[in-house]
Amino acid sequence: MAEATANGLGQHPQNTGHAHDAATASVAPAEVHQEHPIKLYLVVWAWLFVLSACSYMVDYFGLQGYLRWSLILIFMMLKAGLIVAVFMHMAWERLALSYAIILPPILVLVFVAMMVLEADYTLLTRVTFFGSGP
Amino acid sequence: MAETTLTHIGQTEPRPAGWQGIATDWSSDQRAFKNVSWGKAMMWIFLLSDTFIFGCFLLSYMTARMSTRVPWPNPSEVFALHIGGSNVPLILIAIMTFVLISSSGTMAMAVNFGYRRDRRKTAILMLLTALLGATFVGMQAFEWTKLISEGVRPWGNPWGAAQFGSTFFMITGFHGTHVTIGVIFLIIVARKVWRGDYDIGRPGFFTSRKGHYESVEIMGLYWHFVDLVWVFIFAFFYLW
Repeated sequence: MAEATANGLGQHPQNTGHAHDAATASVAPAEVHQEHPIKLYLVVWAWLFVLSACSYMVDYFGLQGYLRWSLILIFMMLKAGLIVAVFMHMAWERLALSYAIILPPILVLVFVAMMVLEADYTLLTRVTFFGSGP
Repeated sequence: MAETTLTHIGQTEPRPAGWQGIATDWSSDQRAFKNVSWGKAMMWIFLLSDTFIFGCFLLSYMTARMSTRVPWPNPSEVFALHIGGSNVPLILIAIMTFVLISSSGTMAMAVNFGYRRDRRKTAILMLLTALLGATFVGMQAFEWTKLISEGVRPWGNPWGAAQFGSTFFMITGFHGTHVTIGVIFLIIVARKVWRGDYDIGRPGFFTSRKGHYESVEIMGLYWHFVDLVWVFIFAFFYLW
């Protein structure tokens, strides 16, 4: 028991053969260290600046309505994606880790949907019983 | 050699691609995150839980804003600064955004130089990151002071819905706390890098694994997460 659970050591899966080591080496990233050229980080950095400037421009030019909201969301998702994928190296992590971390937050959207319904209902009751306007 | 195998186990194991690979990794009494050290995996799991905390904050903000009959204060005007005789909308927040993104950039490069065993550059870049982070907190303190002097309180403000103050102080305060903690940890890790703790495997906080600069990357994960949260706060609280 002790040696089986100690950091998961020695738990090399029994089902993995030895013959296809070299053949499938490219499937699993062998190196844990994340070494990438500095240029990549500089490019992503520049893009984050550009995207931030773009989202600031949305406010500066006073865009309104669905155009404003969709632009905010697009720039936000692009920035978040760049940070997670490149700066946090998620693009090079094993898929099991990426999915374990990235999928759960998507469930927050369900929560969002629930609270939108709830907020609409609260507003409706407030308007009904207290009238509209302050 | 013993300790390198300790953190690098399973790196030679091949696995099927896609969903089948995920199922294989998670099933049958295995270590789920094969080539990821426990430190990095636990940091990711902590960040996941932090995601839910900030998600709940932003959700409660959304609910409050959607359900109030009173108009929401216009953040574009509230956070405007009077520069050169005219009001520039949201300018302080924009500068704070650029400062935080720059700190993320320097942090990413520090991680890179860490893996190249360039101790000096790593430490300098980490200290630069800490400096930018401290600048961010300072600007946030200025912003809070300005708003409080203008009469914003958690229970009310001069411009509209009372919930504006409470959500603002709650969300930005919690984020600012994260940045502050990050700055403190950056300085601690930078000192360890500078002294060469990771090279000699000096006994201590996360330094005993000889030759491992992964601590810098784990620190970086936290710092990038702080930047990531700000991206969402900037979009939903300040721009929406």
